[in-house]
Amino acid sequence: MIKINNLHASIDGKEILKGLNLEVKAGEVHAIMGPNGAGKSTLSSVLAGREEYEVTEGSVDFDGIDLLELSTEDRAREGLFLAFQYPIEIPGVSNVNFLRTALNEIREYKGLDPISAKDFMAMVREKSALVELDSKLASRAVNEGFSGGEKKRNEIFQMAMLEPKLAILDETDSGLDIDALRIVANGVNQLKAPTNATIIITHYQRLLDYIIPDFVHVLFDGRIVKTGTKELALELEEKGYDWIKDEFSTVG
Amino acid sequence: MNFQQLDEMEIATNVSKISQFVTNFRENNLLIGDRLRDSSKLVLAQNDFPTTRHESWKYTRLTKLSQLSLTTTEKINSPVSVPLKSPHVISIVNGNIVDVPSIPGVNVFRLSECSEKQLELVGKHISIENDVFQALNTLYLKDGLIIEIQENQQINDAIQLIFETQESSIFCPIRIIIVGKKSSKAHFFQHFSGKGTGLTLPVFEYFLEQNAHLKVDKIQMENDESFHIATDQVHQERDSYFKINTITLSGKLVRNNLNILVDGENCETNLNGSFLLHDGQLVDNHTIVDHLKPNCNSNELYKGVLNGKSIGVFNGKVFVRPDAQKINAFQSNANVLLSEDASMNSKPELEIYADDVKCSHGSTTGQMDEEAIFYLRTRGISDKSARALMTQAFIGDVLNQIDSEEVRSYIESKLIEIHGWTI
Repeated sequence: MIKINNLHASIDGKEILKGLNLEVKAGEVHAIMGPNGAGKSTLSSVLAGREEYEVTEGSVDFDGIDLLELSTEDRAREGLFLAFQYPIEIPGVSNVNFLRTALNEIREYKGLDPISAKDFMAMVREKSALVELDSKLASRAVNEGFSGGEKKRNEIFQMAMLEPKLAILDETDSGLDIDALRIVANGVNQLKAPTNATIIITHYQRLLDYIIPDFVHVLFDGRIVKTGTKELALELEEKGYDWIKDEFSTVG
Repeated sequence: MNFQQLDEMEIATNVSKISQFVTNFRENNLLIGDRLRDSSKLVLAQNDFPTTRHESWKYTRLTKLSQLSLTTTEKINSPVSVPLKSPHVISIVNGNIVDVPSIPGVNVFRLSECSEKQLELVGKHISIENDVFQALNTLYLKDGLIIEIQENQQINDAIQLIFETQESSIFCPIRIIIVGKKSSKAHFFQHFSGKGTGLTLPVFEYFLEQNAHLKVDKIQMENDESFHIATDQVHQERDSYFKINTITLSGKLVRNNLNILVDGENCETNLNGSFLLHDGQLVDNHTIVDHLKPNCNSNELYKGVLNGKSIGVFNGKVFVRPDAQKINAFQSNANVLLSEDASMNSKPELEIYADDVKCSHGSTTGQMDEEAIFYLRTRGISDKSARALMTQAFIGDVLNQIDSEEVRSYIESKLIEIHGWTI
């Protein structure tokens, strides 16, 4: 699905990613953990195409396409989805209007006709139920006045609507109480299919009780330094990151 | 050369500018009375086009306008295109009134057929002093209308005032007087379009009697070479309701003077405006809401979107006079600059002489929220559509103030036509 090879990226001249390698296959769930400043959010930003980041070396192959050559919107149209750590409020733009525009631009890219209003509304009802999002929120302005939990649920709702091949959840769990966490995780699990994949970026092992990852990676100092199964996440939760720091800190 | 000589020289050249400007115009024979005619002449003799040294024209340069060589014409080239379904259509082509329909519940008079007594309404609340545009309109307007909504009459269909300039280099002064008699209700739709360089100089005077209810939607979409200087003078008596939405979609230079005298208790006044500018356009909205009496509400919302090298001006004054207690007056102006070369000059002014009032004003000018654009793009929306969505959302607050669904969708269709936006 996605193959990240020796990825180097910097912002304002400062190198954050220093040769990151990661391969995710269809049907898999990968978790990326790591201490603050390791480069977790940089990775999601670079993959989504945030322009402030400069890729200086390496490649990202997304189902046979050079991802780094694509504009942000074309990455989305090819099936990449990023659930934001801090979803943006957009006053005046209704969730429904926004999603219909997105869906139709993706369909146009794929050479499909626009979705009918009736099919669209049926889809909104079905998918908002998935994350127990009040259908009233669907017609409100994007994230405006939403609680933290509602914003995160709205991200998963959008993911459900856009049906991406690869979803990257950037700290979707942070700030959620257990109930909201369960709802979000449940939504993600229901969207799981043999044809898609998920990368979960998180601080906390807690989320991984609800979404069972196939692999857990530790990101440290711009590289993936350790890969294991969900037991690795438990170990990190218990022991913290200091031992990783001690083991992998670059000298000098 | 000393300074005095310099001053005299400037005055001399200025005076010749305005006298040159009026060379091709003919004074009208309307029975507006000697007083008004004489004072207009005096204004033109003693003044010139205002410069940016005049406080109320600080950001609006009239040099290009003053250099225009314009004429008037009796010609009516073709019928106007009518935007709304309503059968009540008054069309004005090249400044000429084409026909005056009969509208049940409404009396319509041509100024040229009015008695001196009827014409006492002309300029009743307008100060002509030092105002060359008022003077130009008064002296050179060929004709105009008094539209009187009869007492207790409610006119359901919009009264469409369709102004079209069908020739280039035309001067189109016009005056429309709208009288809302006691407990009447009406909706006016003003639509300005046209081609070529020219100056449209409309003056609207609204008289709202007790309990009258008037809504006005003004759509300005002349072309990128046209000049438009409009005055809307409103007088509200007690229990009256007035709402005007001014939507400016094109024009080289558009100045809107909107002056409202709230001269009765328990009135409501709503002023909304939106302007979408590109290239080197300039739009200047000057509004005055003058609360003379207590227990009234006024709301003002203006939003601008500026692209290219365009210039926007908003000057909103609110006066609350000493005895006008319990006034709620709110004013807001927000603008988005889409390019580095666009500029906005916003000046809200409150002058409050009463002590028991609620007034607020606010002005913001910023850029497009790039984080929001990025967010939309990560969902597969193109950069262009993302910006269009954001812009529409921004001015949506103003468009939502337009009560007529038909007018709103008309404006939306023009946004697509002019700016390539889809809703």
